[in-house]
Amino acid sequence: MAHGTARLLDDARDGRAMVWVIAIMLFLTVLAAAMGLATRNAATALERSLAGRLTVQLTSGAPGVREAAGARLAARLRATPGVTRVTPVSRAALADLLRPWLGADSADPALPLPVMIDVDLADGALERVRAVVAQIAPGARIDAHATWMASVAGMLSLAMWLGAGLVGLMASATAMVVVLAARGGLEAHRATIEVMHMLGATDVQVARLFQRRIARDALVGGVIGGAAALALVAVIGARGAGLGSELLGGAGLGAGAWVTLVLLPFGFVLVAMAASRVAVTRALRRIL
Amino acid sequence: MAGGQRVGRQTAPPMANIVQFENVGLRYGTGQETLSDLSFNLASGAFYFLTGASGAGKTSLLKLLYLAQRPSRGIIRLFGEDAVTMPRGRLPGFRRRIGVVFQDFRLIPHLSIADNIALPLRVAGVPEADVAGPVKEMLAWVGLGDRGAGRPATLSGGEQQRVAIARAVIGRPEILVADEPTGNVDPDMADRLLLLFDSLNRLGTTVLVATHDLHLLNRVPEAQMMRLDNGRLQDPTGGLLHPPGGRG
Repeated sequence: MAHGTARLLDDARDGRAMVWVIAIMLFLTVLAAAMGLATRNAATALERSLAGRLTVQLTSGAPGVREAAGARLAARLRATPGVTRVTPVSRAALADLLRPWLGADSADPALPLPVMIDVDLADGALERVRAVVAQIAPGARIDAHATWMASVAGMLSLAMWLGAGLVGLMASATAMVVVLAARGGLEAHRATIEVMHMLGATDVQVARLFQRRIARDALVGGVIGGAAALALVAVIGARGAGLGSELLGGAGLGAGAWVTLVLLPFGFVLVAMAASRVAVTRALRRIL
Repeated sequence: MAGGQRVGRQTAPPMANIVQFENVGLRYGTGQETLSDLSFNLASGAFYFLTGASGAGKTSLLKLLYLAQRPSRGIIRLFGEDAVTMPRGRLPGFRRRIGVVFQDFRLIPHLSIADNIALPLRVAGVPEADVAGPVKEMLAWVGLGDRGAGRPATLSGGEQQRVAIARAVIGRPEILVADEPTGNVDPDMADRLLLLFDSLNRLGTTVLVATHDLHLLNRVPEAQMMRLDNGRLQDPTGGLLHPPGGRG
């Protein structure tokens, strides 16, 4: 009875508040989801870049001995299976790092600086690197970057789950709003529903009317709220990319994330339809 | 039956009982019984008037009949099936076999007159291509052939009642129930409405008209009369328990 009964529920009896409520919910939901997805991407990028990276520091011995040991160690590391890159940090680069604290003194040739070697390695090569370092420079220290960035990664993970939780909460709140709207609609259209029942309409037929109405409102609201949020996400993304930050660069949204965000309003339409159907059929069961 | 003359045609062959009430009682909430000990049968194809003073329980009885209400006690059989314990999911199918004309018409104001009349067909899932023809036929039958596009509010009370009748009968129900159908119309219109009911009854539909207008009773000589007094049915001749049948 789709065509002929499409206008059975009088539009004039319902405000369009539902559209705007859904629009606001979807705006916030898409933003929360974008935050979650971007944070996940950032966490993944950070983990990928730090998981196989470490720095070897040689601090003991006379400067000349240290440098010779560093050179020998770098050569051995390059020949070690699983090591993908070995980059001795130059004295100039170290002086640059110290300049904020020491000023011009950081370039003093007499300043005792450790020999540092950055190493990138594949999975499972850490133990081999430890063995080589222990053999060539027993006093050297190995700093795995993942260790000291673990708290940052944890924070990013928390933000990602927070985003997922917000999306879940918003979906629940939307379902509740729809249930309230459906109940209000049942009351507003009680006379029409009674007539339909007396003419032999089933609960499913009546529920379908509300489902169709709510789906339309949710779709319009979802498109408005979703489009506004996507535009805002795109602007924020463009600004973040403009900063040139490695961390913010990793937080960009890939094609999959954009598809997820675009599909989110349609998912909410399905949630709204299901919620309205359940609410209306439950309420109708109380009527004979 | 008070004043219980049974005016049905005595020579008609006995017809199957389409409605059977046995010791039916109805109580709203915890109050007194609105209807008590109703026992009667309605024969298929017969015409009945249900009379009684205001508050006698006519509308409550009709509600039991068109399945808007379940009784507090007793047995109701509709079309040979127990309507009291019938699962809720089966009620719509039975309701489609009963046409109802409400006292207050209950037309849907924002739908066109034609769409109001078409509603039972659409509820029953009749394909849209098969709706327009019967609607046009019904509009002509109730004398509103050129008014289908208008809204109910543009019609007089009598015209609205005719739309309600058209809506009630378009699905060719086996029983037509009308609650005070002439309550809001002038005597001429009441006669015209009754003619519509009569013509429908001649096509085989069982008709039950609730009215307190005693003048109407003489308009359909073959009709049988049921009278409610304080929620109890008067049937001194037993004609309602053993109805003589319809027009055959």
